[in-house]
Amino acid sequence: MDEMGDIVQEFLVESHENLDQLDRDLVALEQDPGSRELLSSIFRTIHTIKGTSGFLAFNRLERVTHVGENLLARLRDGAQSMTPQTTDALLGMIDCVRGLLTHIEENGNDGSGGDDSDLEPVIQAVTACINGTAAPAAKPAAAVAATTPVEVTVTVTTPGEGDGEGAEDASAGGRKPRTRKSAAKPTAKATPAKAVLGAAFGGEADDVPPETPLAAAAPAPAEQVEPVGPEDETGGQARRSIADSSIRVDVDLLDTLMRLVGELVLTRNQLVRAIGGANDPSMTRTGQRLNLITSELQESVMKTRMQAIDHIWAKLPRVVRDLSSGFGKRVRLAMEGRETELDRSLLEAVKDPLTHLVRNAVDHGIELPDDRRFKGKDPEGTLTLRAYHEGGHVIVEVTDDGAGLDPDRIAEVALERGVVTREQLALMDRREILSLVFRPGFSTAKKVTNVSGRGVGMDVVKTNIERIGGAVDVESTLGVGTTWRLTIPLTLAIIQALTIECGAERYVIPQVAVHELVYLDGQGGRVIEYAMGAPVYRLRGKLLPLVHLDQTLELRDPSSDHNRDVYVAVLHAEGRRFGLVVDRVLNTEEVVVKPLTSRFKDVGVYAGATLLGDGKVALILDVASLARRSHLGSDKIERAQAQLDATTKATSGTIDRLLIAGIGERRVAIPLDMVTRLEEFPVERLERVGNREVVQYRDQILPVLRLAHLLGAYSSEDGATVPVVVYTERGRSVALAVEKILDIVEDVVDARSDVGDDGMMGSAVIQQRVTELLDVRRAILAADPRFDAAVESDPISYDMAGM
Amino acid sequence: MASRQYATFEVDTQLFGVPVAIVQEVLSFHEYTPVPLAPKAVGGLFNLRGQVIAAVDLRVQLGLPARDFDGPAMNVIVRTDEESVSLLVDKIGEVVELSDEAFEPPPDTLHGPLRELINGAFKLDGRLMLALDTARATDTGGGSGSD
Repeated sequence: MDEMGDIVQEFLVESHENLDQLDRDLVALEQDPGSRELLSSIFRTIHTIKGTSGFLAFNRLERVTHVGENLLARLRDGAQSMTPQTTDALLGMIDCVRGLLTHIEENGNDGSGGDDSDLEPVIQAVTACINGTAAPAAKPAAAVAATTPVEVTVTVTTPGEGDGEGAEDASAGGRKPRTRKSAAKPTAKATPAKAVLGAAFGGEADDVPPETPLAAAAPAPAEQVEPVGPEDETGGQARRSIADSSIRVDVDLLDTLMRLVGELVLTRNQLVRAIGGANDPSMTRTGQRLNLITSELQESVMKTRMQAIDHIWAKLPRVVRDLSSGFGKRVRLAMEGRETELDRSLLEAVKDPLTHLVRNAVDHGIELPDDRRFKGKDPEGTLTLRAYHEGGHVIVEVTDDGAGLDPDRIAEVALERGVVTREQLALMDRREILSLVFRPGFSTAKKVTNVSGRGVGMDVVKTNIERIGGAVDVESTLGVGTTWRLTIPLTLAIIQALTIECGAERYVIPQVAVHELVYLDGQGGRVIEYAMGAPVYRLRGKLLPLVHLDQTLELRDPSSDHNRDVYVAVLHAEGRRFGLVVDRVLNTEEVVVKPLTSRFKDVGVYAGATLLGDGKVALILDVASLARRSHLGSDKIERAQAQLDATTKATSGTIDRLLIAGIGERRVAIPLDMVTRLEEFPVERLERVGNREVVQYRDQILPVLRLAHLLGAYSSEDGATVPVVVYTERGRSVALAVEKILDIVEDVVDARSDVGDDGMMGSAVIQQRVTELLDVRRAILAADPRFDAAVESDPISYDMAGM
Repeated sequence: MASRQYATFEVDTQLFGVPVAIVQEVLSFHEYTPVPLAPKAVGGLFNLRGQVIAAVDLRVQLGLPARDFDGPAMNVIVRTDEESVSLLVDKIGEVVELSDEAFEPPPDTLHGPLRELINGAFKLDGRLMLALDTARATDTGGGSGSD
């Protein structure tokens, strides 16, 4: 049974269930012979089994069900009415089907290719009913097959009893090949059984008058009790093991369960919060336990709806194989994380986009073997599918080691097709240009193939993924390969969300749409500007269109004070980036999505509702709809951006992006591209090597330089942690410890002077304060004198900072 | 002689009734989440044991000024084809058994928004109970836009 495919397993479980239902229906039908409804139900069941068995090449099963179906069709359509004779014939047919199913379960086949004469009595009985010629021969056959309907039901499910004639008859026939080979000759039971077997596989069966097989069939079960009994028992167990290892559960029930768990999660959140305030140790312990159990319960319930992504990956090898051979390419398909699970409904939604990406990768990504050889690559390309969990999402990556995307070519095509204007293009960075492939009406295929490149595709992929609350992006290196990354929520019901406040209310934004959060100090230098009336914010030299949530929701008078401190949530949807201005950012948490009724559909700003930790209802914002609002003034913003760029270029060429750190009273600027990461280490993690300080960081020993020491500044009191700026170049890292990270600015650094201390390149006025510009290379060398020897040195200057 | 049970309630001193069979429950609640941009008749959303319920302000439906949500408000939660909806009312009355004989179609003199929302009137001792057409009373779409 190991080799039995999933499909056969499912077919068996389903058919056994259906047959049980069928027994009940047929008995009910005797009470109510004219019921069209019952007949239709029976017809459908048999029709399904017939269809599937034909598909799975169970020819004997198909034959039996086929005649049964013919009879049922006539009954259903009223061409013929139920008689005891037809009931008997149908029950006989069903028992025969059951027997064949058992045979399939035991042997993996229904004995097709062998002889069908054991099916003849059943088929003839049914055919006789159809023809209306109640052949005297058929009558006893049917009677034998099933004495009374009720009894048959019982006997079939109770193995070992000798009167399940129909089933035994069929299974005896079904077991025929094996019995013939092993048991028939040497064993004692051969004598009585031989008659049956003889009849069963004897070629003369057709020639013999109908009585013969019937006569044979009749004594057979009685005689076969001994050998059949135990075998039947194992058959029964095998069947039970298949049927019992899985049960079918109504999806509605699962949804209800999921909803209840959602409630429990919320209640748990509330309770845990209350316990935190109560300061009672035993309550705290109970709370922790509840916390744990709830999380586990939530996980388990979610699992009931989960399926491994392998379900949709399973057919990709074939797709890749067929495609690659069609193109004369050689492609190896690697899969990682195939056991990663996703909600069933999401899995369905991801199937087509994923298939499209795979097709696209084989078609456009991976080069022909000769080209690859010419480029010094393995002629066999590799396509890697990778699935893993990350931050409450499932990430699915499709990576090829093919030609990669050419930003120049993409830009060219995008211009050609009118997807973007030259002005827009001029403002785009590499990543944005790559993202152009997701725009509607874009396709870079040199020629249209039957696989992809018909001008549809990537935009559809994006739309489909975004519809389920996911995201898709692409990273590519020309000549090396491309990675398409799908970010998919774990379930539709529970999402990771950012809670914000605007006016007196809280609103929820799906986390997947959130890129970054920016705090705007109402009093400080960074203010919201207006490009021809459209609000914008300069985010690292780019104008970010803004949407004021309070104004969008008509919560506040637009002319209200502009000097409030606000947060800008930089959001991404439908290929647009915009900033949503809100009053406060509260937290991120998992929320249960509740659909909103149709009465709010026209409003269009809400994607749903949810319950917050305190039990209050909060509205989930529809980011895509907000994005469309942000787009209204986009042409003005583009013009303003062009102007901004022109002025920037006119003054100093580029904009500096600087990290401002505080050291004592001094403000020190570090170019942002000399910052790989910002970390904060507890003081006790700083260890000493010789007279240097080091810290263990990502399996490395990282030299730490305190900038205060280098600059000879008076360092104030040490805190519990030390903020450090980590710079990594070709695997070698140094850490520059500062006292405080103050800010990140992007600005044209004007009023620069060479007034500066040792270790500084000069000073400038940034944010109205004099800020020293750190000589980073020197600081690095002070931290790690061999840094340059290990790393090929690149000239570093502040002019590069704008890159 | 057929009779039906009605759950009664008051809005602006007028007695209304809906068939008991469609009433899911009656409760007082005080935390409503406003829905900006929604039709004015939507008083807000609230959490009924995990179910998000929209509360329809009957005062607005009747052409009266909207309710202020300082204190708790009474909800009569009724089942409609699509969802459970709450009707915000002033005061809950009792459940009364009324025979169809006491029913009369809406008086001809009745007009304004009220006329659209009722099926008819029942004559009670000393006062009239208007039978509310729940489908219309809970319909917040069209007409009563956001401003």
